[in-house]
Amino acid sequence: MSRARFSSATAEPAAVRRLLIGIAILFLGLFLLMPLFLVFQQALQQGLQMYWASLTDPDALAAIRLTLLSSAIAVPLNLVFGISAAWCIARFEFRGKSLFSTLIDLPFSVSPVVAGLMLVLLFGVHAPLGGWLEAHGLKVIFAVPGIVLASVFVTFPFMARELIPLMQAQGAEEEQAALVLGASGWQTFWRVTVPNVKWGLLYGVILTNARAMGEFGAVSVVSGHIRGETNTLPLHVEVLYNDYNFVGAFACASLLTMLALLTLLARSLVEWHEARARQRALALTEEGRTARVFQLERKSA
Amino acid sequence: MTIEVRQLCKRFGAFTALDHVDLLVREGELLALLGPSGCGKTTLLRLIAGLDRPDSGLVLFGGEDATARTVGDRQVGFVFQHYALFRHMSVFDNVAFGLSVRPRATRPGKAEIRERVMSLLKLVQLEWLADAYPSQLSGGQRQRIALARSLAVEPRVLLLDEPFGALDARVRKDLRRWLRDLHDQIHLTSVFVTHDQEEALEVSDRVVVMNHGRIEQVGTPDEIYEQPASPFVTHFLGDVNLFHGRVESGRLTIGPFAHPLQGVDDSERAVAYVRPHDLDVTLVADGALAQGRVDHIHAVGPLVRLELRRDDGESIEVALGRERYRELGLAPGDLVYVKPRKLSVFPDAPDYVI
Repeated sequence: MSRARFSSATAEPAAVRRLLIGIAILFLGLFLLMPLFLVFQQALQQGLQMYWASLTDPDALAAIRLTLLSSAIAVPLNLVFGISAAWCIARFEFRGKSLFSTLIDLPFSVSPVVAGLMLVLLFGVHAPLGGWLEAHGLKVIFAVPGIVLASVFVTFPFMARELIPLMQAQGAEEEQAALVLGASGWQTFWRVTVPNVKWGLLYGVILTNARAMGEFGAVSVVSGHIRGETNTLPLHVEVLYNDYNFVGAFACASLLTMLALLTLLARSLVEWHEARARQRALALTEEGRTARVFQLERKSA
Repeated sequence: MTIEVRQLCKRFGAFTALDHVDLLVREGELLALLGPSGCGKTTLLRLIAGLDRPDSGLVLFGGEDATARTVGDRQVGFVFQHYALFRHMSVFDNVAFGLSVRPRATRPGKAEIRERVMSLLKLVQLEWLADAYPSQLSGGQRQRIALARSLAVEPRVLLLDEPFGALDARVRKDLRRWLRDLHDQIHLTSVFVTHDQEEALEVSDRVVVMNHGRIEQVGTPDEIYEQPASPFVTHFLGDVNLFHGRVESGRLTIGPFAHPLQGVDDSERAVAYVRPHDLDVTLVADGALAQGRVDHIHAVGPLVRLELRRDDGESIEVALGRERYRELGLAPGDLVYVKPRKLSVFPDAPDYVI
C-alpha cells in the first residue's frame, strides 16, 4: 500500500513546489531587488555629501519642482475626468459607448513618443493652433504647458480603467437606494459612490501619480531639454547620465525609486488599516451575538 | 396614502414592459404584484417609486399627480431585491442615512436620529446588530435592515421588489409571516412584487396577476384562487388539469361524457380547468369529465396523489383525501372516472407561454 503523499488534490510534489518558488525568488531578485539596490549603491558611492550636493543642485531642484507641478496638475485633472468617464460608461447606455471606451485606452496603445509628436504637431509654432497661442503669449511646446499636457495625456486612462470594472460590478442599486431615501445627487455621489470605489480611486491616483512623475518619452519630445527650465526629473537623470555625472544621475534616480517605494508603502498601510477596521466590527458583532444568545437562554430558562 | 396608476405605458426598445395599466392601491392595504418574469411587475413598481419614467400615463399618490416628481420627492420606501445596503456603512448608519441626508432645517438632531434608528432596529428585532456591516449579516437580516432603512424616512408608501426572492425556503416562510405581522402593526400602504403565487396568496390583502405587461386579474387571494378570470391566472396559480370539449345547452361535453354547467355560454371549443384537489374519483360514469386508468399512486402526506392515464395518453392528476382513497380501495391499472367538485371553463384560446 502506498501512503497518501498529497495533502490535497491541487498540491504539487515538494520538488515542483521548491522549483517554482525558487524561480519566483530568482526573478524577483534579478529584476526587482538588484536594480533597486544598484540605484542606491551608485548614488551613494561617493558618500552622503556628494549625494546631497547633487540633489540640491539648482538644476536638480528645478527638475523636482517641475515634476511635482506637472503631476499636481495631471492627477486632479485625470481624477475628475476618470470619474466622469467611468460614471458614464458604468451607469448609462448610449450610442458610441464602446467607441468611447476604446478611445480612453488610446494613450495606452500609442507609443509615448508618438503622443509627444502629436502635441508638437498640434501646438508647435508652425501649427495653426500653436501659432495662435504663441501670438497670444502662451508658449506650449518646449515649455511647461507642453510638459503638463504630455503628462495628462499619457496618464489619461489609469483612473477610468481602474474605476469602470469596479463600478460595473457594484451596479447602481446602492445609488438608487440613496436617491429613494431622499439624498441629492451630490450627497449620493459623496456618501455612496465615492466610498464604494475609494480603493479603486486611491489606487488610480497612486498609479497616475507614479506614471506622471516617471513619464519620459512623451515629455522628452515636448520638453526641449532646457536645463533648469523644462527638464523633469526623469529627463534630468538622462542629461546627467549623458554627462558622465553618474552620482548625480543615480541620486535623482533614487528619488524616483523612493517615490515608487513610498507609493507601495502608502497602499499597504491603507489596506492594513481597512482590514483592521473590519476585524473590529466583526468582533463587535460576535459579542452582540453571544449576548443575544445569552439573553434568549435566560428567557427560556 | 392611496396609489393610483392610469394608462401607464413603458417600453424598452421593442419590448413592451407595461401596456396601458390601470390600478388602484387602497389606503393601508398590502398588495402583491404577481406574475412570471418579464410580465412587467417590477417595471410597474419602479415607475410607482419614480426610479424609471413612464412613456405615458399617470402615477397618483393620494389623488395627487406625482408623475413629474423625482424619486426623492415621492417619499416612498423601496426595498430592493438584493437589498442594496450601503456596504461601507454600519447597520446603524444605513438606517440613519435617510435622516442624515435631510437639509439642515428639517434634519433631526443626533440624539433623535439615534433614538429613531434604535427603535426601528427594535421593530425589526435586530438592535444588537447596530454596529455590524452588511457583509456580516445573513440574507434574512439584510432584508430586515433594508426594510428598517426604508421605514426610517417615514415613507407614505412602501414598495418591495421580490422581498423574499434571494432567501432560502425556511427563512422565506418565517419572514413572510413576519412581514404580514409588521404590516398589521404599521398599516402602511404597501406593494410587493413576487413571482411566487404561494407567497402572494399567503401574505397579501389583494393580488394583482400580471402577464405580458397587462393586468390579468385583481382580487383577494381567495377570489384569485377560487375564481380565476382567465386561463393564464388558472395556470399560474397552481397545478391544473385541462379537459377540452364543447359547451351546449348547459352541458360540457367531452367525448362520451357530459357534465352539467351553470352560467356558461355555449361554445364550440371550450376548456375546463380543474385543480387536482377539486377532482373526485368515482367508479360510475354519471356526471364525469373523463375516464382513465390508475397509473401511479403517491401516498405520502395528508393527500394521496393519483396519476391517471387517459385513453389518448394524457395524464390527469388527482389529489384525494386519505379517507376517500381508503374507501375506493384503488390499485394501479383500475379504470376510474373523474368528477369535478369545482371547475373553471374558458373558451379554447391559442396556446400561450407562461
